Amino acid sequence: MIISVASGKGGTGKTTVAVNLALTLTETETVCFVDCDVEEPNAHLFLKPVLEGSVEVTVPVPIVDEEKCNGCGRCGEICAFNAILPLGKHVLTFPELCHGCGGCTLLCPASAIQEEPLEIGVVEWGQAGSVSHIHGRLNIGSPLAPPLVKAVKNHAENKPERAISIIDSPPGTSCPVVASVSGSDFCLLVTEPTPFGLHDLTLAVDMVRELQVPFGVVINRAGLGNGGLVDYCKAENIHILAEIPFDRKYAKCYAKGGHLVHEFPEIKRVFQDLWHAICVTTDRV
Amino acid sequence: MKIAVTAQDKSLDSEFDSRFGRCKYFVIIDLDTEEYRVEQNEATIAVGGAGVKSAQFLANCGVDAVITGHVGPNASRALEAAGIKVFIMESGTVRDAVTAYKEGKLTRASGATTDSHTGLNMS
Repeated sequence: MIISVASGKGGTGKTTVAVNLALTLTETETVCFVDCDVEEPNAHLFLKPVLEGSVEVTVPVPIVDEEKCNGCGRCGEICAFNAILPLGKHVLTFPELCHGCGGCTLLCPASAIQEEPLEIGVVEWGQAGSVSHIHGRLNIGSPLAPPLVKAVKNHAENKPERAISIIDSPPGTSCPVVASVSGSDFCLLVTEPTPFGLHDLTLAVDMVRELQVPFGVVINRAGLGNGGLVDYCKAENIHILAEIPFDRKYAKCYAKGGHLVHEFPEIKRVFQDLWHAICVTTDRV
Repeated sequence: MKIAVTAQDKSLDSEFDSRFGRCKYFVIIDLDTEEYRVEQNEATIAVGGAGVKSAQFLANCGVDAVITGHVGPNASRALEAAGIKVFIMESGTVRDAVTAYKEGKLTRASGATTDSHTGLNMS
């Protein structure tokens, strides 16, 4: 079973929810934690895994043999990202714009294009107590998060079949988030009861509906802000599965890299109830 | 000799556009005949590589030089490879740009004059 944790707005508490749900589940399940926020992975600050291995992730970028090039310009015409610029038989490539689709190589009638791997980041894995931990780290300056997110998820597929994978998604609703959430059995959308939290939640709801992933909402910092969020969820028939109250002691615990479910019994109950609600919603009882 | 000016609208009296890759229009002027034509820039909405796409467009138009406000690293590399000279102006109309070019008052850029994605933050 794969549960993704996403948000829309950044800083709502995705990692807090993902980490504490994972820790709650370790008592009864085999848990694999998958940090897909490859631009800024941070779950390891809480789970503190001992890393055991890593692998480089690359995308194929074109190399043009100008002796073979017939100057037809087809490569430039089909590139959606303007990563290859044919100027007669002189062809420039822009590897940092390339998404590695291979289209230019495939369609070159003169077979003048070869591909070479361009490193975009690494997948790292290890063990945090009984939790298998996997995350990706994108190279600074690389814009290509989705291929690395997919590599992180592929690595997670090697884990035991009955394991529960918890995916910590990046914020927002852009390509890296779609890559993270796609294929999940269930998605938790973490939000906060503020106008910004509500606005970005509506975007995230549109995204998960488009992806046809069943979902529910977790309200973090409950008690803060206004009631617009609850009204929206009622009107849209969206289940609010858990609420974490707004309290300075929880923020302090988070800031120290602590575990809410281990320090506060009332929060542990919130996460046990959350897991129960997910099981009921997904017919896993 | 043909020069292009990045422009915010479609005439010689339009304000010039300081963005290169994501400018709204290119006004292309033939200095020998004084004739001009206006082309909408399709790269304005490119998901990436707008500077490269704009450079390709100007190369296909047979332009010898472009007058703009900034060029990023990818645009600069593409324009140089295409043999298109880059002249920098701060503000004015398209007509001002052409006059300043003819009088030799514009600075020629060598290399990029700004970072990538500058034009994305200026719309």
